[in-house]
Amino acid sequence: MSLPADPTLFTLADARDAVTSKRISSKELTKAYIKAVEAARPLNAFITETPERALAMAEASDARLAKDEARPLEGLPLAIKDLFCTKGVRTTAGSRILSNFVPPYESTVTQNLWDAGAVMLGKLNMDEFAMGSSNETSYFKPVINPWRAKNSNQALVPGGSSGGSAAAVSGFLCLGATATDTGGSIRQPAAVTGTVGIKPTYGRCSRWGTVAFASSLDQAGPITRTVRDAAIMLRHMASVDPKDSTSVDVAVPDYEATLENGVKGMRIGIPKEYRIDGAPPEIEALWQKGAEWLKAAGAELVDISLPHTKYALPVYYIVAPAEASSNLARYDGVRYGHRAAGVKDIVDLYEKSRAEGFGAEVRRRILIGTYVLSAGYYDAYYSRAQKLRTLILRDFTEAFAKCDAILTPATPGPAFAMGEKSADPVTMYLNDVFTVTANLAGLPGISVPGGLTADGLPLGLQVIGKAFDEATVFKVGRSLEQGANFTAKPATWWRV
Amino acid sequence: MSVDKDTVRRIAKLARIALEEERVEPMMNELNQIFAWVEQLGEVDVAGVPPMTSVVEQRLRMREDEVTAGGDADAVTANAPLSEDHFFVVPKVVE
Repeated sequence: MSLPADPTLFTLADARDAVTSKRISSKELTKAYIKAVEAARPLNAFITETPERALAMAEASDARLAKDEARPLEGLPLAIKDLFCTKGVRTTAGSRILSNFVPPYESTVTQNLWDAGAVMLGKLNMDEFAMGSSNETSYFKPVINPWRAKNSNQALVPGGSSGGSAAAVSGFLCLGATATDTGGSIRQPAAVTGTVGIKPTYGRCSRWGTVAFASSLDQAGPITRTVRDAAIMLRHMASVDPKDSTSVDVAVPDYEATLENGVKGMRIGIPKEYRIDGAPPEIEALWQKGAEWLKAAGAELVDISLPHTKYALPVYYIVAPAEASSNLARYDGVRYGHRAAGVKDIVDLYEKSRAEGFGAEVRRRILIGTYVLSAGYYDAYYSRAQKLRTLILRDFTEAFAKCDAILTPATPGPAFAMGEKSADPVTMYLNDVFTVTANLAGLPGISVPGGLTADGLPLGLQVIGKAFDEATVFKVGRSLEQGANFTAKPATWWRV
Repeated sequence: MSVDKDTVRRIAKLARIALEEERVEPMMNELNQIFAWVEQLGEVDVAGVPPMTSVVEQRLRMREDEVTAGGDADAVTANAPLSEDHFFVVPKVVE
C-alpha cells in the first residue's frame, strides 16, 4: 500500500494501519491535523479547538502502542460535533444559551470513541441545536463549505446541521467526525461536501449526553471520507446503554468485515415517489447512474412505492418542533447557560434569558411546537402527525418485503450560496425531502458521494436499509462508491 | 388553520420566550406560512391508524429501583449563572 506523503490525506483505515504498524506515530499524525485545523480557520468549522488535549491523548496512545496494547481506534484524531457533551470541554450546541456550558460528564458516544483509543481535535460548529440545513443558524457564525463552484469564489454552505463535521472531513481537518441526524443532518451535509455520512437505526447509538433536539428522531453517526471509514467509526460509536432506555440491545456487527461482500443477488428498491418536480436534471441522472452501477455489480432493481413520502416533511415539522419545545424547556437561565440581566421577577428571568439565548430559528420552532401541543390543537396536529408516521413506516415495511435496500438521491441539489434559502423557512426545510423519511421510520440511511455537477460541486446518493441492517447499507454504499470512483477533492483555497 | 396576533402572544407566553411587540406580526406571518404548508396532512384518512409511540419496537428494560448517582452538588451547580452554598439563586418568588 502506498500512502500519501501528507498524513492528513490518509483515510481513517490507512491511518489506523499506519499507526498500528508504527509507520507513523499518533503524535506525528495528530500534529499534522492540528496544523491543518489552524490553517483552516477561515472555514469556521471548529467552535473550540483542543490541541493540548489532542497531543496528550496522542502521547498516551503512543505509549500504549509501544506496549502493543493498541485499541481499535488507537491514536486516530477525530473531531466532535458540539452537540456531544465532553467532560471539561465547553459544549455549546451552537447556541448562545449554552455558550458558557462546560459539561461535568461525557456523552456515551464520545466515551465509546475514547475507550477505543481515539484522539479529540476539538468541537465542531453546527446549526443552533441542530436546527438547520445550512449551518447559518449557528450563534458562532456559519461554516463555509471547502468546495466552491468552478471559476467562482462565492462562499457556499456546507449543509446542516452537521456542517462543521462535513466541512472538517472534506477539508482534511480530521480523519472522521461525529455528527447527528434528526431529519437529514448527517446525510445532507455529507452529500454536499463529497463525504460519507450514515445515520444508523434509531437506538443504535446512545443519546445520553447528546444535547436533545427531537428525542424520537435524533441519532448519532459518523461523517468520514470513505464508506469503510464510516463502517469502522460507527462500530465504535454504537452501544446499548443503561443511561438511554431507547438504545437497543442488539449486537453491533463488525461492519468492516462484510463491507466487500458485494450486492450480487440483492434486490434494490427504486421508489417512484422520490422523483420530485423542480429537482435539477443532474439529480435524476445521478440516481439513474447509481442504479446502473448496482445493476452492473449484480443487483436486481425493483420498482417500489412509498405512497406517503410527500407527507414526511410536514409530519416532521410538527413532530420535531413539538419534541424540541418540550426538550428545550430546560433552558431557564437558572441551572446553567445564559441568564439575562436586569430582570424584575422569575418569569421575566425565564422569558428574557430564553429570548436572548435562542436564535430566530430555534425560537420559531419552539413556538410551533408549543402551539401544536397546546390544548385544543393536539389532536389536529401532533396526534395526526404521529398517525401519519405509522403510515410512513408501514410504507417501508411493505417495500422491504420486495427489496433488501432502497436507493434514492440524498439531496434535491448541490451546496447553495449563503443567504440563498434563509429568507423562506419552507424552502430551507425542503433540503431534507429525501432524508427525513428514514428518521420518521427509524431506519438506517447512508449518503455516499456519487459525482460532481457541471459546476464541479459534489452530489450524493442515499441508501436506506431495514432496521438494524446497517451491514447491508454499508455493502450497497461500498458498491456505489466503487461505481462512482469519486476522487475529486476541494482546492485548499483557505490556507493562507 | 392560521394563527392571529393574540395567539402568537399567548404561545410565546406559554413557551416563556419574550416577544417584542414589533416581532409579533412577522412571527405570525412566518408561522402561518409553515402552518399553511403543513395543512396538507388534513387530506389523509387516518381513521383507525394508531399513532406511532415507539420508533423501533422494543420492550423497555427494567432495572432495580436504586440510587445510581448523586451526592455531587459541586458538579451540579458548577455551571449555574448564580449559586450560593449549592443552591441556585433566582429572583424572589414568594412575597
